[in-house]
Formats: sequence, structure tokens, C-alpha cells
Amino acid sequence: MGDYPSSSTDATAGGSGVTGRHARSAGTGVSPSSYEPPIGGGDGLPKKARFSMESGFRGLSTAAGAMVLVIIVAIAIFLISKAVPALRADTVNFLSYKQWFPNDTDPKFGIAALAFGTVLSSVIALIVAVPIALGIALFLSHYAPKRLANPLGFVIDLLAAVPSVVFGLWGRDVFMEPVRDFSVWLNKYFSWIPLFGGDGPFGRSILLGSLVLAIMVLPIVTSLSREVFQQTPGMNEEAALALGATKWEMIRTAVLPYGKPGVIAAVMLGLGRALGETIALALTLGTVFAISFNVIENGGNSIAANIANTFGEANATGRGALIASGLVLFAITLVVNMAARAIIYRRREFRDSAA
Amino acid sequence: MSLLDRELSGVVMTPDNIRTKKLSLVANLGVAVAALLVSAALVLGLGIGNWVLVVVLGWALYLVGLLYVAGRVEGRRAARNRAWKSLIYSACILAILPLASVVWTLVSKGVGRLDGDFFGTSMNNIGARDQNGGAYHAIIGTLEQVGIAALIAVPLGVLGAIYLVEYGRGKFAGTVRFFVDVMTGIPSIVAGLFILSFWVLIVSPWFNDGQPRFSGFAASLALSVLMLPTIVRSTEEMLRLVPGPLREGAYALGVPQWKTILKIVVPTALPGIVTGVMLAIARAAGETAPVLLVAGGAAAINFDPFNGNQSSLALYVYQQAGDASKYAPARAWTAALTLVTIVLILTIAAKMLARRNSLTR
Repeated sequence: MGDYPSSSTDATAGGSGVTGRHARSAGTGVSPSSYEPPIGGGDGLPKKARFSMESGFRGLSTAAGAMVLVIIVAIAIFLISKAVPALRADTVNFLSYKQWFPNDTDPKFGIAALAFGTVLSSVIALIVAVPIALGIALFLSHYAPKRLANPLGFVIDLLAAVPSVVFGLWGRDVFMEPVRDFSVWLNKYFSWIPLFGGDGPFGRSILLGSLVLAIMVLPIVTSLSREVFQQTPGMNEEAALALGATKWEMIRTAVLPYGKPGVIAAVMLGLGRALGETIALALTLGTVFAISFNVIENGGNSIAANIANTFGEANATGRGALIASGLVLFAITLVVNMAARAIIYRRREFRDSAA
Repeated sequence: MSLLDRELSGVVMTPDNIRTKKLSLVANLGVAVAALLVSAALVLGLGIGNWVLVVVLGWALYLVGLLYVAGRVEGRRAARNRAWKSLIYSACILAILPLASVVWTLVSKGVGRLDGDFFGTSMNNIGARDQNGGAYHAIIGTLEQVGIAALIAVPLGVLGAIYLVEYGRGKFAGTVRFFVDVMTGIPSIVAGLFILSFWVLIVSPWFNDGQPRFSGFAASLALSVLMLPTIVRSTEEMLRLVPGPLREGAYALGVPQWKTILKIVVPTALPGIVTGVMLAIARAAGETAPVLLVAGGAAAINFDPFNGNQSSLALYVYQQAGDASKYAPARAWTAALTLVTIVLILTIAAKMLARRNSLTR
């Protein structure tokens, strides 16, 4: 019990120092260690213990808080420590080589094609998902009646809880067929655009992976931007309406400018999730190591999907190579997430809501 | 006589004339039907696509037609308003379609193997030609891994949130809060690689004669890395909602701060904390990548999370999806249905609990 044997001792024998300590408001930052025992406080006062429950608990919770920083630093350290030996064994340039043969006797692997595929699929996913997500967010915050908006928002939140492996399975078993038909159609009429060229086979393509990704980032972007739109001050909206704005003009002049930083942050968080998505892409992409803008032909690969696909047959160098690619992914997502959070933090009113 | 007066001279001020003109619903529907018919004639006549293209082209034509017709009747600004409203509504419908498809596929394909055999047996000695085989070992793996992960992450997360709310002031607390938020965005595969390089490749050989050992416990560690920021964030939000006078009342009665936190603040916020923990558990239960990297996956039942490979439901779905056996997809879908059911029950229960929470913003 440290220096508090019982509350009654404190209450009866307390000098001014004791009450001063207890009456301070929550967490003024005064630590018990800086507290000096009152002079002549009476024999009833317990001796100041070197280790008290209070300082112990404070230390424990501080350590738990610091644990987060420790984990992030540890991730970087351990990934680097395992990646460096593999990178030394690499006989080609890690950043510019496109193929992945880390298990050979003279290992050759490079991240160029993987990083390209990761960024391409994520960007296409966001191009598809963001307009739709903003539309739903506006619908939920400004168009739908409350009785419809609440359950619909709930359903969108549930969508975020569905595991990615389920989306991957659905994308591969169900969604691939319409996407293949669509790809064939695109190829038939738009093959003069390099994006839709090639002569097949189509289906397990960047397009399929990106569309599945789009469905997966949709709920994140939607729920964050919805919260931001809902926080638009009513005064701004009413002022716009009072000046004769139509509903859309009100949204354009009051809601969207107010929510812009929040929307940007939501998009970047969605990007972070899309970049790191593993299993859905491992199940839907065609696993081809090439840099190609053709989005409908079988092919495409991403850093995370490559880790999941080739981990099983990797030897020690292979594991190190995969860890090195994971390190690149970690760095990219860290930068994206930190930028997003920095934007959110600049606007204090968003900070407590944007989870 | 000004131009306006001349124009208005013939107009009688009936209510019809003072109100702005509105596009009637009939005209709106008429535009829709016309757009669909034109697009059907175009697409099917030229033979450039099927009914999907008819709908998509019809929708685009409807928007253009609406913009034109409403522009004639109501004016340009109102027409734009209408067009944007239609766009926003159609975004909503478009998003519901894949969700409905996922749910429908899950149920229709998932019920196929929903039998006692599936929940009572493992994949041990199940060959490519065997129709049976189940996910018993995977369900055990999921429960053990998520349970241990929760045991690690919940105390750590709640204590971390207590630090942020009750003790943390100044730059260090700000840094911690920022990195908790950043950590929510760490990809699950990176958490898996971290535990792989830290636990499986460096620490576990100490206990295992120098050989790296995959285990369910390693998966728990990876999952707890993923759960930690979620728990800290939701707990922090809940602790902040506890009214200050409650704390001050406790201090006034001479209760030390640590006791106030443990006996007053945390119990008051408990329902909210439990909600956050359940959401974090639901998220962790669905993670595949970390389990794939550090638990290895196994076909047989393994109750010991510290010793030997283990599977999990999500990993089971992934492995069955990659299996060449013609009976594997049915198993994969049933496992997916089981997994989604578990996750959704947890999520819905958490949200229900949150609704009954008296501490609300």
C-alpha cells in the first residue's frame, strides 16, 4: 500500500501538504516524488516511502504508453537487422531489378516491379473508391433521412469489419467473371488506349485487384469523411441556404471546404490501407513480375501479396529478401500515415473523432 | 417601360407564377424511361454490349437528359442541384451492390459444408479426393491466438490510454498519441514480418535447440501488435468522457490518484472500453497475413499455442482457397461464413453495447 495505509489516517493527520496533494485536479503533472513531507505533521503521518503505489502505477502506465514507441522503433530495427544480410547477398540492384529469385545460389531480387504494382493498384483503387465514398458520406450526412442514415452507416461500418480474406475469396470466385467480361469488352473497343491493350488472357489483372481493394477502402473513407461532414457548423450551412443557395451549392460552398482537410486525411488513410493489403491481392492478382500499365491483362503483383505468395518456399535469404521488401512497405505506409495524421492534427476539431 | 415590365405585363400574379417552377415527378420518370429506351436501342442495335452497358449508358443519358430538361423548366442552378443529388444517390446504390453480392455468395456457398463434420474434424489425413475434412483445428487456433493476443494487448492498451488521459502531459505524451494513431495504419503483414524476425527467427531458437519455431503464440504477439493501437485509441476516447467532477470528488475524499483511476474512472468508462476491445478482437480474428507468416499453418489439431504450427480460421480460408482439390472451395466458403459470423456477432454486440453506454459525446 506504500504511503497510504488507510484513508482515515490521511484524513485525520493530514497537514496542509497532504491535503494539497490530494486536492489537486486531475493530472496537473505534479509527481509524488516532488512532494516534500510537511514539517511537524504529527506521528500519524506515514513515512514517505521510496516506492509508493502511486509512483509505481504512474510508472507502469507511462511504460505502457512508451511501449507504442518502443514497438515502432523495434519494428524498424528488427526488419533492418534481418534485411541487411539478404541485401548484401543480392547480386543485382535491389531498387531497380524487377524479378524475384532470392532462393537461387546467387540471389537476384529487386523491388521495382513489386513497388510499381503496389502503387498502381492502390492508386486505381482510390480513384474508383474516393468519389463513391464521398457520395455515400454526403448522402449519409446531408441527404438521407435519419431513419435511413443510421442503419446504412451501421452497415458501412460492418463492411469494414469483414476480413480481407473473404473479399479476396469473393473477388477470385465471384467477381472475376464480370471483370473478365468487362475487360474483354474494354479490350475490344478501347484497345487503342495502352491501358486496355494486349491480347489476353484477361481476368486476374490489376483491374480486378484494384476493384476489390476499392471495395475494401470504401468503408474507411466513407466513415471518416461522414464524420467530418457532420461536423460542419450549422451556421455555415444555414447562412449559405439563407443566401439562396440550392442544396448542392450549400454543400459546395459550406460543407466541402470545411471538410477538405479531413477528406484528404481520410483518403490518405485509405491509401495506407490499400498499400498494405495482402491477402485480397494475393488471391486476385496474376503474380507477374513486370512493369506494365496494362490493367486488364493477367498480371500485377504487390509487395504484400508477394510476401504471402512466396513465403512458403523461401529459404533464409528468401526470408531476408521478403523482410527487406516489407521494410520498404513499412516505410511507405509510415510516411503516408504520418502525413495523414499530421493533417488531422492541424485541425483540432477533427482530432477526437477521426479514429 | 423597362424590359422586365414589358415581359411581366402579360403575366397575372397567380400562385403558379410566383412560385419557382418544379420539374414534376412524371417528367423525371419520363426522362429516365426515354434514356433507358434510347440506350437499349443504341447498345442492342449496334451490338456493342449486354444489359449492363444498357443500364450504365441509360444512367449517363438520364443524367444528361435530366440536366437539360430540368434546366429548361427550373433553371440552370436547380438542374445542377438535381443532377448532383442523382449522382450521390447512385453512388450509394453502387456501393450496396458488391456488399449484397458478398453476403449472398457467403450464405449460398457457405451452407454447403455447414455440418457437424466441419466443426468436429481437422484436415489431418484429408487428401485431395476426400470430400470431408473440417476446420476444428482452425477454430481452436483462432480462439487461442486471439485470446492470448487479447490478454497481452488489453492490459497494455488500457494502461497506455490511462497514461495518455490521466498522467501524460507535454511533448512526450503528444508523441505517444501521434504514434498510436500512426500505428493503427501499420499493415498487418508488416506486423507479421516484425514478429517473424524478432520472435520466430531470433528469440524462439533459444528454446528450441537453435531451430526457429513457428507457433500460435508468435501469431498472438503479431495480433497484439495490431490490436494495441485500436484499444489505446478507443479506451482513451472513453476515459476522456468520464466527467472531471467524479475524479475531483474522489480526490476530495482523500483517495490517491491511482486508486481513483482504478476504482472510479475505469469502472465508469468500462462499457465503452469493452466495446473497443471487442472491435479490436473482431479485427484481429480476421487477420490472415501475420498468422500465415509466424504460425505456419497446420492440418492437425494442436492445442498447444507455444509448441508447433497452428492454423487459424482466416488462414484456413486462404489455404483452402489455394488448394487444388475440387472439394476445397466448399470448405473455404464455409470457413469464410463461420469467420464472418464470428466477426459480425462480435462487432454487432460491441455496437449494441456502445448504444447502451451512458457516456456519450
